[in-house]
Amino acid sequence: MDYQVIWFILITVLFTGFFFLEGFDYGVGMLAPFVSKREEDRSLILRTIGPVWDGNEVWMITAGGALFAAFPHVYATMFSTFYMALFLMLVALILRGVAFELRTKEKCPCWQKLWDAAIFIGSIVPAFLWGVAVTDLAAGLPIGENMVYQGNFLNLLSPYSICGGMVFVLVFAYHGASFLQLRLADKGLLYRIQDLGKCAGSLAAIAYVLYLILTWQNTDLLARPCAMGLFIATAVFFLLSLFLFMKTPGKYSFVLGSLAIASVTLGFFAGMFPRLMVSSLSPDWSLTITNASSTEYTLSIMTVAAFVLVPVVLVYQIWTYYIFRKRITTSDVSHY
Amino acid sequence: MDALLLSRWQFAITTIYHFLFVPLTLGLTIWVALLETCYVRTKRPHWKEPCRQLVKFFGTLFLINFSLGVVTGIVQEFHFGMNWSEYSRFMGDIFGAPLALEALTAFFLESTFLGIWMFGWDKLSPKVHCLCAWLIAIGSNLSAFWILVANSFMQHPVGYVVQNGRAEMNDFLALVTNPYVVGEYSHALFSGITSAGLLVLAVSAWKYVHDEKSRNAFRHTLKAGAIYLAIGVLGVMGSGHMHTQYLAEANPMKLASMEALWEDADPAPFAVMAVIDQNNHKNACEIKIPALFSLMLYNKPEGEVKGINTINAEMTAKYGNGDYRPDVLGMFWSFRIMVACGGAMLLIAFAVAALSHLNRLEQYPCLLKILPLTLPLPFLANTAGWFVAEGGRQPWIVVGLQKTADALSPNLTGLEVFLTMTGFTLLYLLLIIAALYVAIRYIKKTSIPLESHEGRDA
Repeated sequence: MDYQVIWFILITVLFTGFFFLEGFDYGVGMLAPFVSKREEDRSLILRTIGPVWDGNEVWMITAGGALFAAFPHVYATMFSTFYMALFLMLVALILRGVAFELRTKEKCPCWQKLWDAAIFIGSIVPAFLWGVAVTDLAAGLPIGENMVYQGNFLNLLSPYSICGGMVFVLVFAYHGASFLQLRLADKGLLYRIQDLGKCAGSLAAIAYVLYLILTWQNTDLLARPCAMGLFIATAVFFLLSLFLFMKTPGKYSFVLGSLAIASVTLGFFAGMFPRLMVSSLSPDWSLTITNASSTEYTLSIMTVAAFVLVPVVLVYQIWTYYIFRKRITTSDVSHY
Repeated sequence: MDALLLSRWQFAITTIYHFLFVPLTLGLTIWVALLETCYVRTKRPHWKEPCRQLVKFFGTLFLINFSLGVVTGIVQEFHFGMNWSEYSRFMGDIFGAPLALEALTAFFLESTFLGIWMFGWDKLSPKVHCLCAWLIAIGSNLSAFWILVANSFMQHPVGYVVQNGRAEMNDFLALVTNPYVVGEYSHALFSGITSAGLLVLAVSAWKYVHDEKSRNAFRHTLKAGAIYLAIGVLGVMGSGHMHTQYLAEANPMKLASMEALWEDADPAPFAVMAVIDQNNHKNACEIKIPALFSLMLYNKPEGEVKGINTINAEMTAKYGNGDYRPDVLGMFWSFRIMVACGGAMLLIAFAVAALSHLNRLEQYPCLLKILPLTLPLPFLANTAGWFVAEGGRQPWIVVGLQKTADALSPNLTGLEVFLTMTGFTLLYLLLIIAALYVAIRYIKKTSIPLESHEGRDA
């Protein structure tokens, strides 16, 4: 297998990790204001991702860095194409990152409300924008012969891409609710979150079906049997997860929900292969693993680095979850 | 509105802002790790608890600073693709690798262990917890190493070949062992220690003067902080000196413009002050110390140093018509601001170290009162230093390979960049106000009691 294919797979892995991990982080951030008005409850909820959200966000940064190293043309075209969208995403991520640090530092309720709002915005906006971006990549963008984007910000928004954004928001909200079921101890909060999760999950299922239909109409992703299979598997995993979640939310509903996220990401990349960005102007102008990649020399070095380092990262990140495996109670929050 | 000019401003604003936090992170993370090691190893029972509180105290200041550094760092990573996509295309084969390695080796390490460190006080043994602090320190400093590998390539490209319309890497080892990295990295590391050292002194002095309960605890950090600061400043001066000598061969244009030396000179004088006339490419008037510049560069009072105009003529012959002179006025004065701040901080370090060693700090209350006011010094020096490093590279984005003007994303409009530049600037302003407010309130309200008679023998 040549290095370009290996890197296509590695990028897939990084995005899968990113959507799985940041998925529940974003979800928790989105749900927090709806679960409870009490600051103590919100602190409890946000505390579940307190030790891990920063490490999870690095999956996104690494995915970006890996794109830069392995497929510099994709990095260049994608990031300049989504210029304004990325600006909005950066503003949201900045607010969210700082909010986690600052919200606990003052006891004044209005201060905490301010930063809670920042966390909400910082969670829902990136989730939505990633949905839009991923959809645009597949649907195709006006990319010219020299790989330069020829549209503007409004070209990025279509009913299809907005539907993509909605799917991401709803799925992540559900994923977050599912995650919180494993991490909190307070029964009252858990019931409340279950209700919200049911709501988000059901809407997500409907949105996903709509999204599949639009994907069928707007892209050629589903023409490939393995992509089709993975997209259908996603639906199965998700419905099973939701079914369990409605009865007894716990490990199984979380695992199945995570599998749904993984399989939809895999399905997307399987349908895209060997393209990374589709040009709507001419199929020859799409960015692929051959015309957009780094040299074999660079890829070979990065391959060695990735195969050594990613397992190490996985080991210590899993260790983090092991350390903080106990459900969060009020006593965990009070002393911090 | 010109998208190129605005993009340059945006990059400058966001980089300088990011670089306010980065050096402090580099130095403060080591300081906190050292302090925690002290806490773990100390056998004196009365010192144990205050020491732990000091770790948490400086740890909290570190965390506030770190969170701003991280979020502004993401902007930097995205910037290359957003505003400088032609640069990313041309350099991606080389430049992407250190960035990806930075994420894989450093970002994961620091952010994961930071989470554990913040929330793991009662979940880990003190030793393992302390190990986490060191892993954060290693992660942060590794991150600085990788990004400076990338930056050094822009300043002094090595290990590449230009083919297929782009620069392609052909020697990874040469990239990583670029001699330019040695100077840049050591300079950045020591400037981090300097920034952290001065912060420790400023905060400790303030607590010493205004908070009687905590006086004894902060007496210790004043002393230790002064030593830390002295190590930092001496290191910064040594590495800066070494790097400047190296610049004579690696980037003579940057070197000459730091000194506003327009024409060749042998031996070259050092201009203490100069009125620079950039339009006519000369100094209107200057105060010079003869032969000092040659002495600084070659360790002897002789030797030729090439002037800006000579190098510009050489570059014109090599790369075609154009002006290859950076902003000499900015370079000249930034360099002097940086050196002056460094000198002032060295004096501070020695004064505080000597007085606290002699137990005579109390006799100089005004020194302690002035110390908090000196806090801007390292930040001023870092900013000026960063301007020297990056401004001295202009008009190139990668010296000799690509000009900044050719690196811009072709699809951007001036309006878009104007909106984002204004947005980032305003957001950053609000954030720094919030962070400073929180940090100052935290410093004021946190007390760390330590018994005085036990404090003396500790």
